[in-house]
Amino acid sequence: MMIAIPVEEGAENLCVSFGRTPYFLIYDTEKAAAVTVKNSAADAQGGAGIQAAQLVVDQGANALITVRCGQNAADVCKAAGVKIYKARGNCAAENLKALEMGTLEELTRFHPGFHGKE
Amino acid sequence: MKIAVLSGKGGAGKTFVSVNLSAVAQNAVYVDCDVEEPNGRLYWKPAMEKETPVSVLIPEFDVQRCSGCRKCVDFCRFHALAFVREKPMVFSEVCHSCGGCVMVCPENAVLEKARPVGMVEEGARGGVRVVTGVLNPGEVSAVPVIKAALRTGGESDLTVIDCPPGSGCPVMESVIGADCCLLVAEPTAFGFHNFKMVHRLALLLGKPCGVVINKADAPYAPLEEYCEKQGLPILLRIPYSERLAALGAAGEIASEQDPDLAESFRGLLAAVRKGAVS
Repeated sequence: MMIAIPVEEGAENLCVSFGRTPYFLIYDTEKAAAVTVKNSAADAQGGAGIQAAQLVVDQGANALITVRCGQNAADVCKAAGVKIYKARGNCAAENLKALEMGTLEELTRFHPGFHGKE
Repeated sequence: MKIAVLSGKGGAGKTFVSVNLSAVAQNAVYVDCDVEEPNGRLYWKPAMEKETPVSVLIPEFDVQRCSGCRKCVDFCRFHALAFVREKPMVFSEVCHSCGGCVMVCPENAVLEKARPVGMVEEGARGGVRVVTGVLNPGEVSAVPVIKAALRTGGESDLTVIDCPPGSGCPVMESVIGADCCLLVAEPTAFGFHNFKMVHRLALLLGKPCGVVINKADAPYAPLEEYCEKQGLPILLRIPYSERLAALGAAGEIASEQDPDLAESFRGLLAAVRKGAVS
């Protein structure tokens, strides 16, 4: 399984924003290997959530662990079959462990996005 | 002549100034570009003549023809398209209707379909033609409806454009075709802050400006100093008055009830026509 997590620089701590996170940590559970990918949507003028979700999908992720997520990004993930889990706490490694142990809940509430808001 | 009335802060008196300015002109077109909450019509109570729907074009994909080349998704700078399971997916509220996806598709697999986003109402009261843009609730972009309202307003001896608040895209769209701007300022710290933002916008667009200070009980020094330094003419000061507030709350056009106010607005119009803006 491939797991994506929005992370701050250093890839240890989660970023609360999904669409505008600076990086994504992509963790391959079979190889037990992680890569950090720069989020090209971080400074997008609009549609950052859609573009970030695209990146997660293109990285081949099957699961996403995030603090929150907008409706459009959730739609992209859903269409691509990426399950979205609600992050617990701030530590990326602990969230990966929690997902493997099956203790993370699925994220079911999505905010409507910040489009057009200044 | 087209005069755009703007303020930055909401509730400063844009509609009050726009409505009364057109009312004293008698022969005028009033265009309400505050399409998210158009309220000029509450004062005009115009005899309605016409309602024209406003639509935008959004892409629709012919899945049979789509080869999954992803060119459209990569082209869309608004990120209104995603590429999932080898097919494009549209987010219509993020789409800016630029038509780029249609142009770059090598398979002619992108069609466009109209999506209604609002309407333009036309009516009249006396010699004033009242044009109102109305955005459908929940729509993100006001710009297509503003464009349609201004197009409907057309050219005339005097067009008064009642702008939306703020200094973002909807305001720019409302101001861009105007000959000059009237900046309605409220003599408060908040009002002054947003006033400076719209003034910067007007400067950027190269529009000459004049200032109307509304609810002006006492001079607010930072505003006065700013106008002096920037060479911004203060063309009218309207003191706060409970009577004017009550007339407004009752949906009355105040200058029709208050001869002194009407005289003030006639003076303002004459000053703008004479080129007192800068």
